Amino acid sequence: MTQLPTHTQKKLGLVIDLDTCVGCQACVTACKGWNDQGQGQVGGLSDTDPYGAAPSGAFLNRVHTYQVQPEGAPAQTIAFPRSCLHCEDAPCVTVCPTGASYKRSQDGIVLVNESACIGCGLCAWACPYGAREMDPTAHVMKKCTLCVDRIYNENLPEEDREPACVRTCPTGARHFGDFADPDSNVSKLTKSRGGYDLMPDLGTKPANKYLPPRKKDEPVEASPLSALLDIQATGFAGWLDKVLGKF
Amino acid sequence: MNPAPSVIVFTVLSGLGFGLLAFLGLGFPAPSGWIAFLHWGLGYALAIIGLLASTLHLGHPERALKAFSQWQTSWLSREAWTSVAALILLSPVALSDWLGLGWPRLTGTIGAALCVLTVFTTSMIYAQLKTVPRWNHWSTPPLFLSFALAGGAVLAGQAWIGLYAMIGLACVMAWTFLDGEHRFARRGQTTGTATGLGQIGTVTVFEQPHTSPNYLMREMIHVVGRNHVAKLRPIALVLATVIPALCLLGAATTSDPAIALPLFVLAALSHLIGAGTQRWLFFAQAEHVVGLYYGKR
Repeated sequence: MTQLPTHTQKKLGLVIDLDTCVGCQACVTACKGWNDQGQGQVGGLSDTDPYGAAPSGAFLNRVHTYQVQPEGAPAQTIAFPRSCLHCEDAPCVTVCPTGASYKRSQDGIVLVNESACIGCGLCAWACPYGAREMDPTAHVMKKCTLCVDRIYNENLPEEDREPACVRTCPTGARHFGDFADPDSNVSKLTKSRGGYDLMPDLGTKPANKYLPPRKKDEPVEASPLSALLDIQATGFAGWLDKVLGKF
Repeated sequence: MNPAPSVIVFTVLSGLGFGLLAFLGLGFPAPSGWIAFLHWGLGYALAIIGLLASTLHLGHPERALKAFSQWQTSWLSREAWTSVAALILLSPVALSDWLGLGWPRLTGTIGAALCVLTVFTTSMIYAQLKTVPRWNHWSTPPLFLSFALAGGAVLAGQAWIGLYAMIGLACVMAWTFLDGEHRFARRGQTTGTATGLGQIGTVTVFEQPHTSPNYLMREMIHVVGRNHVAKLRPIALVLATVIPALCLLGAATTSDPAIALPLFVLAALSHLIGAGTQRWLFFAQAEHVVGLYYGKR
């Protein structure tokens, strides 16, 4: 089971647009909200001490914020959502000793069979992206399922059959689709916007792609208020200006 | 990485135990009677206590048997197989030594090979992880194997082999301490490559994604214990190799067993503490690339 499929019919994944993401954390909340019900693919996502002094818990999606300082231009603040990239060569799958971790041949989604997980944590060690977190009370590994319990769920209205994070994103920074299809929305976006892989050197071949922030305008040298700076004082102020200027 | 006591006990004791069992399997020494019972018993006890300690690391130890299923891809699963196979194959030899049955030692040789293979599979669990550059290096299996060889030789009472093994181990340990420092940087992964934002400029953390530490930070970003590294390294080196090597030299050059035996015991105890210290450093110093997302190592 932990042998990776040589070919997957679909390559489902996300495109995350770092240009439009505002770091509102709505995807984090929607993900937690959908997956902590314990009725779908993820059997709950628990927290410890949620209202106490040291709250902690398992999340499948985290949004970081970075400052990027380009050379000779003002610094940029970039919100950066991080979740499972559903890698083609997923190292988390092959290290699993029990077969609990697997990659589906039909759509490439990487999942955990929680009833077979021994909670050794080796898959989380093998993942470069920090996509897996151990559930603090169930002691089994949790990860993004690409909302496999939504995208094929015929009980949901059609517009809801996409991952909770994508459905909720208020700025449309997250896109869901099939990378195996060159005409899909995600393939086109990746091509037109220069979508890239995270840490490609590690050979994981992630499905998810990140779209870089668009280039900013050149900084304007003069202030837009400069026209207002050249004000000639008149009247009493003008006389005072003239007199004081002499000393 | 988090230096969990269960994993330290597991790798140190099982390495020592399988090292001793390999020597016994090959017939160095070939004890008999109750001495054989105690000697083989020590090997089995160390190996089994080590393996049991590893199950303490699991969230669901009751499902541990499932870990035998994925030997085709998983080094952890392969380790489960080789360790059990070694313990089973060596049992007739142990029984034969104890009860003087005179059975052929062929399974002892195969069992010894499986002991070596077990230590190798243990080392590969760590060496395979591209996410931890300090471990993902060809020297990790030699490090574990030289610990098993040196420690096994001490427990097996092999003074000369042990002395040479200790010298080899000291070299491997010292070199991995020094070279390990540069391995993360050599891979060239930064917060810039982790986020891909390095193509725009210099990337620094502006705000963390959560206020309390999470599983990733507790497990992969262990910075607390790294303060005393400079002191712990020489302590580990001296206790694991120098003191045992001196004891073994003494034991090798004396013909009086009343002197040799306490020297072997002292060498073993010193080596055990040194190996534990080295293993603690092995985990505590290892830096996972996921730390880059948090601006930490």
